[in-house]
Amino acid sequence: MLLGEDFDLHEEHRDHNHIHSHDHHDDHHHHDNHYSDMQARVKALETLLTEKGLIDPAAIDVIVETYETKVGPRNGAHVVAKAWSDADFADWLKRDATAAIASLGFTGRQGEHMRAVFNTADTHNLVVCTLCSCYPWSVLGLPPVWYKAPAYRSRAVIDPRGVLAEFGLTLPEEKKIRIWDSTAELRYLVIPERPAGTEGMDEAALAGLVSRDAMIGTAIAGSPEALR
Amino acid sequence: MNGPHDLGGQMGFGPVAPEKDEPSFHAEWEKRALGITLSCGAFGAWTIDESRHARENIPPAAYLAVSYYELWIRGVETLLKRYGFATGEELLSGHKLQDGTAPKRVLKAEMVPAVLAKGGPCDRPVETAPLFAAGERVKTKNFNPATHTRLPRYARARTGVVEAVQGSFVFPDDNAHGKGENPQWLYTVVFEGAEIWGEGADPSLTVSIDAWESYLERV
Repeated sequence: MLLGEDFDLHEEHRDHNHIHSHDHHDDHHHHDNHYSDMQARVKALETLLTEKGLIDPAAIDVIVETYETKVGPRNGAHVVAKAWSDADFADWLKRDATAAIASLGFTGRQGEHMRAVFNTADTHNLVVCTLCSCYPWSVLGLPPVWYKAPAYRSRAVIDPRGVLAEFGLTLPEEKKIRIWDSTAELRYLVIPERPAGTEGMDEAALAGLVSRDAMIGTAIAGSPEALR
Repeated sequence: MNGPHDLGGQMGFGPVAPEKDEPSFHAEWEKRALGITLSCGAFGAWTIDESRHARENIPPAAYLAVSYYELWIRGVETLLKRYGFATGEELLSGHKLQDGTAPKRVLKAEMVPAVLAKGGPCDRPVETAPLFAAGERVKTKNFNPATHTRLPRYARARTGVVEAVQGSFVFPDDNAHGKGENPQWLYTVVFEGAEIWGEGADPSLTVSIDAWESYLERV
């Protein structure tokens, strides 16, 4: 077995569990076993760091609560709805997305340097981070599992139409597809096209048409008919 | 480094698996993993670039097999050991066995809202003018460092067009290794799909990366 820096005592401990789960000949059980193994490993780490005075478990609670209840894709949907409703705001978003988004109260970690990219009749935008999991937390919250997983990260840049089909989205052949690989600290928010039949809808109603995936580029905005 | 993290264009991982109404976390330990990673980052001992590099160094078979929060835990354990905050024995036992390095800062609950709202901007002024302008054709360099870089393999030695000069930012290739922030100009560079993928590439495809100035040369 290769002994790299990360293959430490934990690894031997994990191998023991793997052997144990093999006895059950059950992949699902194996998965559960691994998750309970991680539960124990992370609990041990938290206990250790707390005993050493290095972390405050209550701070972890606040971090989790922030991303479960306060910072999520509703923030981004608000930005998109305002861009659809207010041409001056849309223009500001194009010129200085960080400032325009901050004016709505959305700032901070993994949203320090924002760029808004607008879908048009000609071009569909899709955001990926092939190297890790860069994602605009301040407007979309924490990334979904698929965004961080190898299938999406490997294929978005070479086979975007194949990827979009797995999300149920088929674009016309003549539509250009622009992939934004988030290789630096710029964080990209896709502004989908405003759907037809939404004239007269207010910002709150428009925001309801904007899914998280539409702001990554793996979907388009919903139609008002679909809501009824 | 040409590590397991550099996934663009690799094949064989199967279809993307979107999850309907995906929860923010899939297990309690994922919540704690997020909080521990952010809390340890607040020590001020290492940079986000060093943290990314610690994850890239996870051996490929493990990197590709585990969930992203597990990568975070493995990465943070490496850094805790590297900087003397915890020993391998302590990590295994889950209890304090000795004193370790003192952090510059411990993240307390009452500090969290302000810390998250502030984030960690990494734009920095530079003295020089940008070497390249929007609209200019540039070629990415071909290099294969064993150290951290943010130029993906698929985008090396490719010719593209500078779409925007994005400002000047901390240079991760240096910053990940304690060599200082050494900020450089950053450019969004767009490539035609065929320039990257060659024969059979989707003709409707363009791909952009954000490239530091030293990744680029004139065509």
